[in-house]
Amino acid sequence: MDLILVNLIDGLVTGLLLFMLSAGLTLIFSMMGVLNFAHASFYMLGAYFAYSISLALGFWIGLLLAPLIVGVAGAMVERYGLRRVHQYGHVPELIFTFGLALLIEELVQFVWGKNHVPYNSPEILEFTAFAIAGNSIPAYKIFMIFISVGIFVGLLYVLTKTRVGMIIQAALSYPRTVEALGHNVPLIFMGVFGVGTALAGVAGVIAGPVLSTFPGMAFVLGPIVFVAIVIGGLGSLWGALVASLLIGWITTFAKSYNIEMEAILNGIGIGTPENLSESPFRDLWSLTSPQIADILPYVLMVLILIFRPAGLFGKRIQ
Amino acid sequence: MKNITKLGAVSALSLIVGASASFADTIKVGFIDPLSGPFASTGTNGLHQFEFAADYMVNANGGLLDGTMMEVVGFDNKISPKESLIQLQVAIDQGIRYIVQGNSSGVANALTEAVDKHNRRNPDSRVLFLNYAAVDPALTNDKCNFWHFRFDAHADMKMDAITDSIAEETDIKNVYVIGQDYSFGKAVSDAANKFLGEKRADVTIVGDELHPIGKVNDFTPYARKIVNANTDAVITGNWGADMLGLGKSIIENGYTGPIYTYYAAGSGITAAFGESGKGTIRLVGEGQINPPPNDEAAAYVTAFKEKYSDGNVDQTRIANTIGMLAAAIEEAGTADDVVAVANALSGMEYETIFGGKIFMRPQDHQAVQDLHIFEHTDVDMPFPFDNSPYGVRVIKTIPMASADIETTCQMKAPS
Repeated sequence: MDLILVNLIDGLVTGLLLFMLSAGLTLIFSMMGVLNFAHASFYMLGAYFAYSISLALGFWIGLLLAPLIVGVAGAMVERYGLRRVHQYGHVPELIFTFGLALLIEELVQFVWGKNHVPYNSPEILEFTAFAIAGNSIPAYKIFMIFISVGIFVGLLYVLTKTRVGMIIQAALSYPRTVEALGHNVPLIFMGVFGVGTALAGVAGVIAGPVLSTFPGMAFVLGPIVFVAIVIGGLGSLWGALVASLLIGWITTFAKSYNIEMEAILNGIGIGTPENLSESPFRDLWSLTSPQIADILPYVLMVLILIFRPAGLFGKRIQ
Repeated sequence: MKNITKLGAVSALSLIVGASASFADTIKVGFIDPLSGPFASTGTNGLHQFEFAADYMVNANGGLLDGTMMEVVGFDNKISPKESLIQLQVAIDQGIRYIVQGNSSGVANALTEAVDKHNRRNPDSRVLFLNYAAVDPALTNDKCNFWHFRFDAHADMKMDAITDSIAEETDIKNVYVIGQDYSFGKAVSDAANKFLGEKRADVTIVGDELHPIGKVNDFTPYARKIVNANTDAVITGNWGADMLGLGKSIIENGYTGPIYTYYAAGSGITAAFGESGKGTIRLVGEGQINPPPNDEAAAYVTAFKEKYSDGNVDQTRIANTIGMLAAAIEEAGTADDVVAVANALSGMEYETIFGGKIFMRPQDHQAVQDLHIFEHTDVDMPFPFDNSPYGVRVIKTIPMASADIETTCQMKAPS
């Protein structure tokens, strides 16, 4: 029972971190109509910028400045890169973002080297917040939860309660009408792209110390972010939240409990073959849930695409 | 004075023999390892260590066989067995007779087979394969051949050393084995179970599991299980990002016992562990640099750091590989007849500057040497890694570790 609570907290941290990435990506998707393959690269840039800033000015200044820099860089990419490519259609946009992801990875290796960089959490947060049955919950994790919940609440408030938010929402759905009403839609798009990448930057800043900062970090996290927004429904902020939390909890619980494939297969009425070591399905029978935990979200995505192609909260039906 | 006379005589002689002839030739060592892609940092650091060893140990002392210099040539195999075979052919075509490789046993398996085949078909351009880091036990067992020499202890020998250390710590009761889900992770798990069963029947293996390689973002759930199993010691074969992620997560979530592992030093990992890894991360390996066993070793590391300030001397076996090859060439009196060089290497006893001696077992061409258990720390650390205050320090030495470990190798010398 205690362990369930601990796993719920761990899964929440993973899920919220994922949400900060998927929120930005899903907003950008509603706007451009294509996926931004370089989204996780902005997450990586956030971690590296914060690392460099933290060496000189400390972690907190890094937390403040790095997302800003990433956001400005993202806005510049939209203004001078994507907007030019946009007129040629969706495929060039996709290829552009894909190329950008490769470029950023090479750039990071060029500037910071190919090794891990020693980016660590601030000393003030290096203590155990509380313990549940001998499982310590580091204060840094609580800090991560607060930051991401804070960002979600703020984002939701701006998008639904303020005038700016309403114009953004309108511009995302009916850009031509909003333009006709006299609003600067390209500027709004640039802003949304900037904020989306800045969110990824924040995620990088706070995830860098726990998930380690290295040139492959975008590649490890990138695919799972796409999975999150496909499951949640492309373009839906609530969908991104629910899917991210779902992925966080599924992977955490699958890793924590050794559920054996043998037990599942026996449970649905398939008997264990007599000489298992000879059986062609030996690998399938001996599978355990921790072995496949990080692949489960992909299985879920395939199921969602089959049974509910628009995603859990998606409105788009094409 | 004597040296100068000798040098003068040699130069004069070579002038007489003819400037166009062999004087300009060097003994080339072909380094086939990843120099681009995700493992580029490991490969590049290895190449630097080879270049440095050749310059420092051979060329600075006047070369081999009266003045022939040694040259290390890098070939990028992108850690692919297929690409390695192409690069091997390129190297052979350039007249290279000595191949060194280490990253990935998959590549080593492909290379040793290709070298064996090549040498049987082309007796005029035979090559030797000096393996400095691929630790799959099969390479000096079922798949051994006359041309392959391994300068690193293989995975089972290293696990033998780790379990020796655990066997002495009687307060360790519960051991947790975790690794990446592929051949090496499984081999580590098998060896751990086997040796612990033999040496400490009272130890319980409280967990033995594999996780997907390179796919795990967050190791927290694994760490929770390790903590909840009342683990006294963790054994893992993880490397790279998986090592750092697992280690950091275990420590962060309240584990205080030792983590025994193979690859958790250098390439930025030591710096990234920093204070948190102190007293927890323990590695098995050869070659002592902290504390330096003698002035020679200290001078070697200092000179290396002067040349490559971002590098680490984290593979002392590279220096041993070059040193033993040089000694074998001198003993054989030729660098062209690799059979003679191989015969000189086989059964060689070599004093290494990093402490102790190395014996190249003739029956399987597996080096037997002192293995150490190192601890990640910043205390008393003259030669740290990654330009951080932290490095690895010897806490236990197993002299001539696993000297009589069994082998299934049936060595066939060439006719």
